[in-house]
Amino acid sequence: MKDAFALYSPKVMDHCRNPRNVGALENPDGVGHVGNPVCGDVMELYIKVDDNIITDVKFKTFGCGAAIATSSMATEMVKGKSVEEALAISNKAVAEALDGLPAIKLHCSVLAEEAIKSAIEDYQNKVKKN
Amino acid sequence: MKHIYFDYAATTPTHPEVVKAMLPYFDEIYGNPSSIHTYGLEARGAMEEARSKVANLINAGSESIYFCSGGTEADNFALKCIAFANEAKGNHIITSSIEHHAVMETCKYLTKKGFKITYLSVDKFGMVDPADVQKSITDKTILISVMHANNEVGTIQPIAEIGKIAKKAGIYFHTDAVQTTGHIPVDVKELGVDLLSMSSHKLYGPKGVGAIYIKKGIKITPFIHGGEQEGRKRAGTENVPGIVGFGKAAELAKEEMASETQRLLPLRDKLISGLPGKIDHSHLNGHPSQRLPNNVNISFEFVEGESMLLNLDFEGICASTGSACSSASLEPSHVLLSMGLNHEQAHGSLRFSLGRLTTEEDIDKVLEVFPPIVAGLRAMSPLVRI
Ligand code: FES
Repeated sequence: MKDAFALYSPKVMDHCRNPRNVGALENPDGVGHVGNPVCGDVMELYIKVDDNIITDVKFKTFGCGAAIATSSMATEMVKGKSVEEALAISNKAVAEALDGLPAIKLHCSVLAEEAIKSAIEDYQNKVKKN
Repeated sequence: MKHIYFDYAATTPTHPEVVKAMLPYFDEIYGNPSSIHTYGLEARGAMEEARSKVANLINAGSESIYFCSGGTEADNFALKCIAFANEAKGNHIITSSIEHHAVMETCKYLTKKGFKITYLSVDKFGMVDPADVQKSITDKTILISVMHANNEVGTIQPIAEIGKIAKKAGIYFHTDAVQTTGHIPVDVKELGVDLLSMSSHKLYGPKGVGAIYIKKGIKITPFIHGGEQEGRKRAGTENVPGIVGFGKAAELAKEEMASETQRLLPLRDKLISGLPGKIDHSHLNGHPSQRLPNNVNISFEFVEGESMLLNLDFEGICASTGSACSSASLEPSHVLLSMGLNHEQAHGSLRFSLGRLTTEEDIDKVLEVFPPIVAGLRAMSPLVRI
């Protein structure tokens, strides 16, 4: 029998099946919390920053397979990057890293980009305050 | 991997006996039923036999059955042809807020053509209140259309009661019986309906064929122009193999309905009690007893339907969801929202629909593999606050 979710690339399927970096961090330096206005889904991203480098990252997502896969991929992409490098990651880059997404699912990758930005913003606000 | 199919409400596998019955009509008895020669007459004979089998399934006369391409066409047929034939009498149509898109979208179209539509609300079980039908009738009402049973949540509507109201008021009454025909008893006289939509592939017949029952004597505008077929109401050379298959499926359904229902009910109920028994924060959607014998629809809070479907598919299980993420419009199911569920609950809805090949082992397999799937997704869900 053919794969029922043939629209998703094998990479997307892999990240759905074995999502990386699931969960929350205990004392995160930044937390991003974003909602998807298109279909009503939610994503949270936790980051740990040392010396301007994102050393640890975890996510939680309530959403479709594409949302889970893009969240998971986004965590892999930001880990070890500087804050500036992470800010430059676009939803397109996340989608490309997954070998593409069906057109109707592109909006899910926007959620991942926004979650990264929102977590970093939270981190930068905290730094400013101290 | 062996796949376990739990999506019979979407479509059914064609019954092997149906396939066998259809085969000669492709290359042996291939005549056009309108032709006046042996080949044509043989094809016509087979088609008329099928018509009487379909009629028999719903306790109607053969002359009231019009073959068409399926349930969606039958719904379009009923609504448009009654509306346009009765424009002079009035422009008001009453329907429910949980109809299939075939009715919903046709109503939207009719609105553009100047018709006014009342969408009846439903209770938390997805049930229409006949009293609301009564209250909505005006002197402009020409048609009432309420589905026999809902395709998503399986709630069986009080059609006979609505039929009485319609009859008393002298208003045509249509029901979309796509989910019920061949599955539970459907008797057009007992239900008091004037028009009824059916689909072959929901009852182990082939796809691409269906029928509409139109009570004798009702005047309608033809749906397709261009020939004498189907009483000039629906022109075009008939899909003879499909119609023969539909007839055979109807015959088998009538024979097997009672025993199949008895077999399915305990399986359905095992899933209905078993899943919420093993997974907290889950609840049944639809009516607990006025329910199709093959429908299970449960919402699992804090998780999204498409991701549940993906994970079930990894285990070889095919089901369906009312989640926004899995629909092309990215809107959650209008049926679940009408029943008062919020977006999150609609997101977490899953439908298992059972059928001829469903066994108790299949049910046990779901009960075994599904709870860990939900647990895994909940561990990932930002909606779970621990
Ligand atoms: S999260 Fe809803 S469609 Fe992807």
